[in-house]
Amino acid sequence: MLKLKNINTYYGNIQALKDVSLEIKEGEIITLIGANGAGKTTTLMSISGIVPPKSGEVLFMGKPINDMTSEKIVSMGLCQVPEGRHIFPHLTVTENLDMGAFLRKDKANISKDLNYIFDLFPILNERRNQPGGTLSGGEQQMLAISRALMARPKLLLLDEPSLGLAPIIIRQIFEIIKKINKDSGTTVFLVEQNANLALKAADRGYVMENGRITMTDTGENLLSNEDVKNAYLGM
Amino acid sequence: MEHENIKYFLELFLSGLTKGSIYALIALGYTMVYGIIEIINFAHGEIYMIGAFTALIVSSVLTMFGFPMIAILILATGTAIIYSSAYGYTIEKIAYKPLRQAPRLSPLISAIGMSIFLQNYVLLAQTENFMKFNSLIPEFEWLKPYKEIIGTEELIIIIISAIVMIALTLIVKYTRLGKAMRATAQDRMMARLVGVSVNKIISFTFIIGSALAAIGGVLIASYIGQINYYIGFIAGLKAFTAAVLGGIGSIPGAVLGGLVLGWTESFGTGYISSDYEDVFAFSLLVLILIFRPEGILGRSTSQKV
Repeated sequence: MLKLKNINTYYGNIQALKDVSLEIKEGEIITLIGANGAGKTTTLMSISGIVPPKSGEVLFMGKPINDMTSEKIVSMGLCQVPEGRHIFPHLTVTENLDMGAFLRKDKANISKDLNYIFDLFPILNERRNQPGGTLSGGEQQMLAISRALMARPKLLLLDEPSLGLAPIIIRQIFEIIKKINKDSGTTVFLVEQNANLALKAADRGYVMENGRITMTDTGENLLSNEDVKNAYLGM
Repeated sequence: MEHENIKYFLELFLSGLTKGSIYALIALGYTMVYGIIEIINFAHGEIYMIGAFTALIVSSVLTMFGFPMIAILILATGTAIIYSSAYGYTIEKIAYKPLRQAPRLSPLISAIGMSIFLQNYVLLAQTENFMKFNSLIPEFEWLKPYKEIIGTEELIIIIISAIVMIALTLIVKYTRLGKAMRATAQDRMMARLVGVSVNKIISFTFIIGSALAAIGGVLIASYIGQINYYIGFIAGLKAFTAAVLGGIGSIPGAVLGGLVLGWTESFGTGYISSDYEDVFAFSLLVLILIFRPEGILGRSTSQKV
């Protein structure tokens, strides 16, 4: 479904991604783990067209998307929930969700999806007319994921959904991610610092260090790998 | 005596409201552009001036052909809106878009350059003298008895401004485009990630702001009766003051700022001295900047470190 072939991405003169290649198949949950500053967020931004790669190729459903604008990429069904959630602070919860469906024209299905979201997260229904900026961190994360779901993505990119949340909320969020993957067959690409939880949820994982992919294997194998244990699982 | 005082007060109130409505129309352009891309479009006053000139040219031609007054008003305003919008759109593409990643000072200098360029362009193409602008607004017979308090032109200016501002508020609040504008103003990267074409939203913002300025230009030219290439500068400065006064980036703030400024000038000149009109306006600006720098309705933005 998504293929990165030797992409190199720069911020000015600084190279953030070096020859990154990876592949995500339809229906999978794939995770990318690594330390702070390894290039995980940049990988997602390169896929979404916010920081386009200087060289290499990004293929989504067989089509090169590395030269496309981000709105074109979204319209193809590739959506991202960025790190730090980026809720529109002065739009209401409902308006934030409407923005998720910005490129969709099928009004009837949009309101159906809105009801699905409110079933999935009843708290968002309670707060539907409240400005997004007044929600708690966990509620904002739920809203951010829901906003992306409103686009009916084929591939969902999630950047650090556990960041700054209480353990019980994190578990809830991960349950939802697995549920979304199972119920609607949405492919998930999950970037996480919480390697333990991410690898448990994922089919396969990639490990990133200093802008390079250094290891890839199934989630289980990576969990029991000695190097991964030492570096990312604190064991 | 008592009666005279109330009448005088009402007269000042309404003339302040008239002026304030025009300030508000122009201030909206400043504030919307600032809300989206955080630059002050100093060429905005020139857009207003170009709107007035376009209306003058169109109305002169149509008058020659003997068109009825109401048709002239509509056609001249319509052409002014289209012309000014085209200028606004083009200014953004030439002067600001290439500088989007540049330090904040660069688009500011570019804006001032654009403003000087447009003034001199109109000076060369037209003349430096004031040109007579025949009012496009017909006299209402039924308003004659109240002539001392409010004229037709003032009434029309107040009504049209109110309609335009209400329409703008509804667009921004309820339409898809309006939501996209607000989303872009609040978080540009996230707007791109939900599929908003930020370039289109920026262009659209310039077009709307310019259209409002053009309407303001036609109305004020009708009211004052003469225009020259320099009218955009002082009107732009006043409208900018109004936008800052109300809280730059805030749409209701621009309207409120315009009205407060209009009333300050009108009551100041009416009760103190007519020599100090600009002094009242800019003293108010200085006071606001000292005591409430974010403006009346502005949100204080904390600097990210």
